Amino acid sequence: MSGLADMKKKTIRNFLYVEAELLDNEGHESWLDLLTEDFLYWMPLEYGQTDDRLMTSLMHDDKLLLTVRIERLQGDRTFSQKPRSRCHHLLQRPQILSRSKEGITTRTAFHYIETRIDDQMLMAGWAEHQLVAAPKGAAQPLMIRRKTVRLMNPDAAFPNIQLIL
Amino acid sequence: MQTGLKLLEVSNKLHHSVTMAEKMTSKQVNITAEQVEALFRPGEAHRDLYASQDIFRAEMQHLFRQCWLYVGHDSQVPNRGDYIATELADQPVLMVRDREEVKVFHNRCPHKGTKLVLDAAGQAGPFFRCPYHAWTFRTDGSLRSIPHPQGYDEERLHESAAGCGLSPVENLVNYRGFIFARLASQGIDFDAFFGGSLSTLDNMIDRSPEGRLSVAGPPLRYMHRCNWKMLVENQTDTCHPMVAHESSAGTVVDLWSRIGGNSKKPMAVEIYAPFLSDYSFYDKMGIRIWPNGHGHTGVTQSIHSNYSEIPGYFDQMIAAYGRERAEAILSESRHNTVFFPNIMVKGPIQSLRLFKPLAADRTLVESWIFRLDGAPDMLLERTAAYNRLINAPTSIVGHDDLEMYERAQEGLSAGGNDWVNMQRDMQADEMNFDGEKVVIGTSELQMRNQFDAWRKFMLESIQNADHKAGAGA
Repeated sequence: MSGLADMKKKTIRNFLYVEAELLDNEGHESWLDLLTEDFLYWMPLEYGQTDDRLMTSLMHDDKLLLTVRIERLQGDRTFSQKPRSRCHHLLQRPQILSRSKEGITTRTAFHYIETRIDDQMLMAGWAEHQLVAAPKGAAQPLMIRRKTVRLMNPDAAFPNIQLIL
Repeated sequence: MQTGLKLLEVSNKLHHSVTMAEKMTSKQVNITAEQVEALFRPGEAHRDLYASQDIFRAEMQHLFRQCWLYVGHDSQVPNRGDYIATELADQPVLMVRDREEVKVFHNRCPHKGTKLVLDAAGQAGPFFRCPYHAWTFRTDGSLRSIPHPQGYDEERLHESAAGCGLSPVENLVNYRGFIFARLASQGIDFDAFFGGSLSTLDNMIDRSPEGRLSVAGPPLRYMHRCNWKMLVENQTDTCHPMVAHESSAGTVVDLWSRIGGNSKKPMAVEIYAPFLSDYSFYDKMGIRIWPNGHGHTGVTQSIHSNYSEIPGYFDQMIAAYGRERAEAILSESRHNTVFFPNIMVKGPIQSLRLFKPLAADRTLVESWIFRLDGAPDMLLERTAAYNRLINAPTSIVGHDDLEMYERAQEGLSAGGNDWVNMQRDMQADEMNFDGEKVVIGTSELQMRNQFDAWRKFMLESIQNADHKAGAGA
């Protein structure tokens, strides 16, 4: 297994494109497989927020809560998904902020569209990923340990945001 | 029976022709006592209460002006010149710390109408300066200076509305840090309006060993395409969680039963799972109502009863209050308390939700959380978790609820049935009670209590307005 320190930029970026593709194509189960057991997804409520514990956040999900979200999408009585929402991530080329033997940190500017029936919502922001090496034999070379999604306007009054940015 | 919108449209035309001399603003609409009465049948509310923009305007003009509305918390403006901007009903206001006292003013420059402050919170310094023509106003609202003042006749200016400075909201009460205002100059006083319902605020505040709360961070802001009353009614609707939240709480319970084993439930599972309790649980929970539309679920127990103990907290409470009183404070597990018309407070969670009416079919929900001053951080952590898990636009429980409200808002434009039903556990003469009344937890009594208050305040205000118009003629 080649180390994280000399992993090609292209490989890292490709991994993030694959992640977006899974989210856009209802590949949620496969997406969960990309997450480490101690994964944390954080979407702050305030622009520039640093405290993820003693202030409200929009999302602060561990793998258990994300599994709930994803199972719920398929539920027979999940009426807010009847009909279903769809989403689309448009990513700018990810920046690699830092890398060491332990992990890689990237920052990716994105536009995200979520639609349901006649509604279309456009959101923009930056996703920060902390990536670690995947175990040998995994489908992807990397796994996600932490994903922080900073919206341009997290303090805006939103309607439902039902899928995963 | 013909009621509501069509009738109102006809009557508006008539009224416009005979009341040309009356001072009208674009926000005003004429509504008669007969039209208000026609919106109700026993246990039924006419769909125009939710769907008609004319009724909405009438609510803003009559109901919301008569009631005591929540402005903000004084911990948001700790220092002189600190301000917040918010809305009371359909009116922009600002709340500012002037020396010791907190004051509330209409958020418009008395000169041309420009909003003085736009940001949700800020620091004015010793005075507000209008960005348009640099008129300045002290934090007590008085006019401080006008640039190039030679153009004004001083006497004439002082007789004008602009010369009076910022328009205050005069009827203010600071209740243990919570600032309430009544827009109407005359009306019911604060204590009479809230009565026994203040016990919920007291209990929430007493949960701090120091008897004091502070706002923790900005609120969640969640846009709803539905009438504000649907949200308020939902707060004491105990027959929806096991149905509407089967998708969210049910998935949590199901997943945890598969993977949880004997391990300690995570905070999120502890918060979500009780939503799925059965009808008999909610029956036993109980509902208590007070006059003027206030009421709460969770008299004897609630979905908040069985949270894990926070290490060190109980000892702090005993030190502050003594064991007996500390136990009494913490044994309350009130679920949702509705402060009519548009506030909901969760004492055991330390949160306040404000249902801001924007239009007949549009409501902005702000969900605020509070730190219990002097209590362990873990309590605030749970409060913040509850807020994002239940009240956020990204919350799966929120998704369940909003879907139902918006379907109801759309469904109410269907013809064939003009009525919304709220007859569960209805009794004859049930509104005739003294101080408070406790009933079974799945009763819709609190919804009827809200509409009883709605009708009462609307009628009182309409009669007063008619009286004034008559006296002026």
